[in-house]
Amino acid sequence: MAFDHLSDRLQMALRRMTGKARLTEKDIEEMMRDVRLSLLEADVNFAVVKKFTKAVKEKALDEKIIKGLNPSQQVVKIVRDELRDLLGGDTAEYAVKSDSLTTVMLTGLQGSGKTTTAGKLALYMRKKHAAKPLLVALDVYRPAAVEQLMTLGKQLDIPVFEKGTDVKPESIAKEALAYAKEHGHTFVIFDTAGRLHIDEAMMDELTRIKETLKPDEIFLVLDAMTGQDAVSVAEHFHGSLGVTGSIITKLDGDTRGGAALSLRHVTGVPIKFMGLGEKLDALDVFHPERMAGRILGMGDVMTLIDKVTDNVDEDDMMNMMEKMASGKFNYNDFLKQLKMIKRMGSLGGLMKLIPGMGKLTKNANIDDKQIVYIEAMIQSMTKQERKNPELLKRNSSRRRRIAQGSGRRVADVNRLIENLDQQMQSFKRMSKMDPNQIDPKNPMKNMPSQAPKQRKKGKGKNRGGFRF
Amino acid sequence: MGFIKKLFQTKKAKQRAQKYRIGMEKTRERVFGRLDELLASGTPIDEALFEEIEEVFIAADMGVDVVLALVEHLRDTVETKAIKDAEDLREEIVEAMFERYVQGDIVDTNLDVDHPLSVLLFVGVNGVGKTTTIAKVAHLLTAQGKRVMMVAGDTFRAGAINQLRVWSERVGCDFFSKPEGSDPSSVMFDAIKKARESNIDVLLCDTAGRLQNKTNLMKELEKIHRVIGREVENAPHETLLVLDATTGQNGMNQAKVFNEVTCLSGVVLTKLDGTAKGGIALAIKETLNIPIKLIGLGEKLDDLDYFDIEEYIYGMFSDLV
Repeated sequence: MAFDHLSDRLQMALRRMTGKARLTEKDIEEMMRDVRLSLLEADVNFAVVKKFTKAVKEKALDEKIIKGLNPSQQVVKIVRDELRDLLGGDTAEYAVKSDSLTTVMLTGLQGSGKTTTAGKLALYMRKKHAAKPLLVALDVYRPAAVEQLMTLGKQLDIPVFEKGTDVKPESIAKEALAYAKEHGHTFVIFDTAGRLHIDEAMMDELTRIKETLKPDEIFLVLDAMTGQDAVSVAEHFHGSLGVTGSIITKLDGDTRGGAALSLRHVTGVPIKFMGLGEKLDALDVFHPERMAGRILGMGDVMTLIDKVTDNVDEDDMMNMMEKMASGKFNYNDFLKQLKMIKRMGSLGGLMKLIPGMGKLTKNANIDDKQIVYIEAMIQSMTKQERKNPELLKRNSSRRRRIAQGSGRRVADVNRLIENLDQQMQSFKRMSKMDPNQIDPKNPMKNMPSQAPKQRKKGKGKNRGGFRF
Repeated sequence: MGFIKKLFQTKKAKQRAQKYRIGMEKTRERVFGRLDELLASGTPIDEALFEEIEEVFIAADMGVDVVLALVEHLRDTVETKAIKDAEDLREEIVEAMFERYVQGDIVDTNLDVDHPLSVLLFVGVNGVGKTTTIAKVAHLLTAQGKRVMMVAGDTFRAGAINQLRVWSERVGCDFFSKPEGSDPSSVMFDAIKKARESNIDVLLCDTAGRLQNKTNLMKELEKIHRVIGREVENAPHETLLVLDATTGQNGMNQAKVFNEVTCLSGVVLTKLDGTAKGGIALAIKETLNIPIKLIGLGEKLDDLDYFDIEEYIYGMFSDLV
């Protein structure tokens, strides 16, 4: 595939149109062709794609010129905004009652990940809402499905209600409800058997379970890798059950997950959670804007640009770069730089916005506290020292004083000194580098490393994380 | 021209296609039924029509690249043959499909199980139906008089070992497992030893589902593959990628990466009894030349069939001509 991502496609289109003050209808149509193909490759349903490109085109033609953005960038912005709105705009709320029993039913096709999700959801509710969860095994068909849930329950230390495989699911559901009330459970998750949406007898069974339980939530669990058929699946489940939300699983794969968008658009049912791995804590609330970025195949560069332009004074920035390149960068500049970064929000959050950096942030320890420590150290320096970094390099009593004044260790001060040096050096290297040589797949590959060496983690919970 | 039409009109062809027509009724109606409507007599051929045709194929999850190439080919044909009426496109489409997927293609969908000890390895992402497929294949091979042993190579997912054990009891074949959490390669090693001792003909090896972008898990699979190859000459004799028919474009990535790691001999397309079309399997066939060998059409043990691409295309397009 020549163009893996919509962002690449759009950039190609943009390149063709640079210099144009206005985009003609034909230009926009051409861009929409790229948008269309890219969305189709992401498994967005073709009918949804059609509507989407039409809406974007109309908006693009209608759009007043925004100051600062050229016309093509404006189209990209419209695409992203529309995509986010399609995915539901804001993060959706899920039902969890603090005073009484919350009941949740998980439904879906075979192999979509219902049982694993049941375990994850139970753990999530216990952690986040101090709920007392109960898992109920209603899959009486698939061999060892009950056992799978029981094993998960054991791993999580969460009780599982089961009646083997000879009792009708709706009867088990009823008994489980009584049991939950009796034993003071506050969050009950019913794991139903996987079924095809066109299997009427099996869909009727779900309806009967629903009637028995009158659950607070009925979730459709959908595999993120699902193709065009996602729409048909969602329509059927929603049509016969009135689904209240969906959970997209296996998003830790390399699928673009366009099915999620189709599902949301066709049924109007909000996506509430997403599964991100085989570990039982790999469940998170669904964020539409992140998914929009994923389907587009670009990190949230726009937000990053917004943040940077909102918070950074261009003259200041240029000044600083010049200083760095000439090696005259001192602690006063460092302090200024830190303040700029602080205005933009948390470091970890910023890193996530950069394409390709999402993965890195998982491993690198980005600690906002570090900024506070560095500020404290710089503020413990004399004016002379701040202006002339060389003073500190040769004098250990100065460094000791700074450490004491800021409540840090001498080693921390040494690291700060090293850091300033590295920044200048890497900047010098960077300004010599040809931007075309940066590998778009791995933008960090040729970058000079400036992060302080990571200390090796000892035997902790992240040790030997084989499943990731 | 005309050749395909004749082919379709023979009684035999109709009969052969019948099975697929029934099994994929929903698919045919929902997806390719649209083509029938689009290509009505008197409809002019324009850009909008091409786009609609594109969408019909994309709705079947056929690879976007493949569809674009197909429609491009149609555009050319329309020009060179000066076709004016949309109805005349029907035959062109069917011919193009045949040219792409059938002609000059002698695919042996039989499983390679005639060695003293044949080893079949089943791989795929999570939840595609590997375990159920193994049960069905075991059922098929036992009926052919083979002594079959299932190997519980998924030592990770909760309940996976027992799920396979229950199936082996239903099928009535041998079963080998080690405790949950064992190294899957060591499970294979011991299973091969056990199989030799008890004169087993065919070993069906289950593996844990894994997403193809998980490097460590793919390395684990590579090791499983390597160990089997070291213990039995030319094994695994079949490495089958189990693919859920509802899978979209990601199916191509799956096939690519699994093929790199384990050198696939075929694809098993599961859950074709739904409304999914499994078109991505056609794209895999075309792009990577990995044939679809088996299809799963339900949850019962005998809901498994050898895949016949010719019949599949007959079944899909027989309404058109």
